[in-house]
Amino acid sequence: MSYRHIDQKPMKKDAMQLLLGKPAYTEDVTPADCLVVKVLRSPYAHALIKNIDTTIACKVPGIEAVYTYKDVPQNRFTMAGQTYPEFSPYDKLILDQRLRFVGDAVAIVAGENEKAVDKALKLIKTDYEVLEPVLDMHTAMDHPVLVHPEDNWDAKVECGADNKRNLVASSRWSEGDVEDVLNNCDKVIRRTYHTQPCQQAAMETFRTYCEIDYYGRLHVISSTQIVFHARRIIANALNIPKSMVRVEKPRIGGGFGSKQTLVAEIYPAFVTWLTKKPSRIVYSRKEVQTCGTPRHEMEMTVTIGAMNDGTIRCIDLYTLSNTGAYSEHGPTTVGLSGTKSIPLYTANLEAFRFDYDVVYTNVQSSGAYRGYGATQGIYAVESAVSEMASVLGIDPVTIREKNMVREGMEMPAYYHEIATSCNLDKCMEKAKNLFDWENKSKVRVLPNGHIRSAGVAMAMQGSGISGCDVGSATVKLEETGFYTLTIGAADMGTGCDTTLAQIAAETLECDLDMINVFGADTDISPYDSGSYASSTTYVTGKAVQMAAEDLIENMKQIVSQMKKVPADDMDFIGTGIKILSTGETVSLEDIATKSMFFNNIPVQITRTNTQPFSPPPFMVGMAETDIDPLTGKVEVVDYVAVVDCGTPINHNLATVQTEGGIVQGIGMALTETVTYTDKGQIMENSFMQYKIPARTDIGSLRIDFAGSYEPTGPYGAKSIGEIVINTPSPAINAAVASAIGKFHYTLPIRPESVLDALEEKK
Amino acid sequence: MLITITLNGKKITEEVTADSLLIDFVRHHKCFSVKRGCETSNCGLCTVLLDGKPVLSCSLLTCRVNGHSVQTLEGLQEEAKEFVGFIANQGAEQCGFCNPGMVVNTIALLREYPDPSDEDIRQFLSGNLCRCSGYESQLRGIRAYLDFRKGDAA
Repeated sequence: MSYRHIDQKPMKKDAMQLLLGKPAYTEDVTPADCLVVKVLRSPYAHALIKNIDTTIACKVPGIEAVYTYKDVPQNRFTMAGQTYPEFSPYDKLILDQRLRFVGDAVAIVAGENEKAVDKALKLIKTDYEVLEPVLDMHTAMDHPVLVHPEDNWDAKVECGADNKRNLVASSRWSEGDVEDVLNNCDKVIRRTYHTQPCQQAAMETFRTYCEIDYYGRLHVISSTQIVFHARRIIANALNIPKSMVRVEKPRIGGGFGSKQTLVAEIYPAFVTWLTKKPSRIVYSRKEVQTCGTPRHEMEMTVTIGAMNDGTIRCIDLYTLSNTGAYSEHGPTTVGLSGTKSIPLYTANLEAFRFDYDVVYTNVQSSGAYRGYGATQGIYAVESAVSEMASVLGIDPVTIREKNMVREGMEMPAYYHEIATSCNLDKCMEKAKNLFDWENKSKVRVLPNGHIRSAGVAMAMQGSGISGCDVGSATVKLEETGFYTLTIGAADMGTGCDTTLAQIAAETLECDLDMINVFGADTDISPYDSGSYASSTTYVTGKAVQMAAEDLIENMKQIVSQMKKVPADDMDFIGTGIKILSTGETVSLEDIATKSMFFNNIPVQITRTNTQPFSPPPFMVGMAETDIDPLTGKVEVVDYVAVVDCGTPINHNLATVQTEGGIVQGIGMALTETVTYTDKGQIMENSFMQYKIPARTDIGSLRIDFAGSYEPTGPYGAKSIGEIVINTPSPAINAAVASAIGKFHYTLPIRPESVLDALEEKK
Repeated sequence: MLITITLNGKKITEEVTADSLLIDFVRHHKCFSVKRGCETSNCGLCTVLLDGKPVLSCSLLTCRVNGHSVQTLEGLQEEAKEFVGFIANQGAEQCGFCNPGMVVNTIALLREYPDPSDEDIRQFLSGNLCRCSGYESQLRGIRAYLDFRKGDAA
């Protein structure tokens, strides 16, 4: 099918403003003349505040207020941006007497300037009763020390959570006779994998500005992916009516899921609500690295049963996930480790089991990060499949082609959804040719001694949360015949303002410049769950299309009144409406003018979309690695990815999403280390130690698409934002293993361990 | 202390504290393009030109700049406009937060190496981190501009 706007490459609507450095972000567009808010952080992983004295701190000139746990509401809430009732148990206070990780909030200081606040922070006198921390996720469950012993801890949704057992979620699920099938397989391998709590590392740290508006309400301007959830969470935290809170987002300097949790908002919100003065918090990079919401650390034990010919008959996965000090996204991320990995092997699967436990520990709380559990699960399952191929002596591409899910199949491990659109087979075919798998999969030693080899991995994700996510759009015909599209989804650099406008322009058959976009503000936008879970294109995108279609019908009604002809005698032609019987055309401008003159037909339409299913995008990634045998350093010299995201709405943005996701994935695979001291302190608390890839760290990236057509998506589209981070870890692991003869079971793959394996091989 | 700085062509004489950082000074003077992405001189977001040379404004005391000329992206608009459209045509700006530092450093690159190779570009801009794009689209954009400029010259 050929489109005017869909699958084209229009420039992002805000591109030139951003590239020319115009003020667009929270700290640029809010007044600097406001209270500076900072948080005193706990030096201990687990402690009780015995005594806290703020008298001297309060006397620092310019200090407006110092708040401690004695000053805050005592109702617990969750900071996780999820649809109510949230799966994440309510376990948080704005400030608590019990401190649960190094970096937990001890006190809030607000003052006229940064210097005064910094000084006051140092003058707060705190006596801590240092408690034994729970630092190891393996021993956390039923540990005698409880992270959340409090009685007002509250799980809103039944998910196996029990604070008296340090448990945030627990589940057992299997279909088919796992033991029987495994007993009848020719080969069974069982491996345990570990992934680290990687940081999203969005370039813009968390930041929020608050003021009291002229109605006396709390007006929050924040770098958030979830304005509506933010409104609820802030009201919950402050224990005030939701109607008293308005949340707005300007441009966002990257999110990747980190801004799906209210990491920073509650502090200035509390300050402004009590003082009635504007305030602002800006997180330092160190705070983001130590008090943010990274990926959940997980340990996954995979058992795969296969026949000698490579038929995969059974997958058994147990995931132990570490949510850290608070529950945010703990009960939900873990599910994806199984439901987005096992279904990749639907074709011959006779039985599967997926069990998990999620535990509290006294480390930094985890949250949402692109991939949301799928990344961890796919690393484990795909690494195990590559190892199974190697054990059976089968090419890793062949074993995947033999077992992969194909269009039309029912996927039992994906809630029995049907793969209504699936070109995973075509992705593999294309990737194989583009990458030259035939030759590059052979281990080669270059003249300089470096070892070249290759690995492959498949991935899937979802498109929104099935049976939950709500996306809405308002399309309005404006004077002279342009349109305004209002959304509650958040463009965090992903370009959804533009891609959603493309969908509107395609439906309304007009130039992209005719669509102005506004988003997002809880007072103005139609309700939207927010931009996460790969939902925006698929869920909100369809709402845009439906709203535009309805608007066309209403415009026909207006013409019907104007010209006294029935609406079925008309054709919408983009620039206006043509009356078929007379050949006369009524221009958009005339319709818009009529809409403002003695008119009772609305030209502002809001439509809401929700879906009972979540069609997965699919992809294949192939990595060629270069290993320096002297240092053990691994470089990714070539990466090929072929993606089935349905119809790519914006070809450029889909390509850049893919490239960006792969580079983040390479960071997870090779350089982004997270280690703790024996006191629970994070070592990698800056970009000095936490190495995200620079442009000299990557080789060539080659991206292509093999889009299927998803019948329930807007113009056949599915999602792209998250899936793209999932293939690098397993593909690189497999590539390195084929060179050094040993798979890695923990990330990142460090030069030391590569070198050790090379030494062993000798 | 009292210092005089030429900021984007405009002479400013002002009292600054000894610990004032250049990034905070220029943002105070409404040069909001200059961003802070880390506190450890790792990300390149705060890049400005000091007497025409790219420097990290987060790691420079304002008083050290006394008597010198500082340019932020606000003062380099015309030079930036020559090529940023090519980057936008690749969708490479993404969230945009790292863009100003990268654009200012690209201006420095193009002044020093009028005809850089891909490797020159990667090396010169290696201190400008970006978490969104994966860098390749930025390279494609700069390459497209250079090709266009060569075509223009021919």
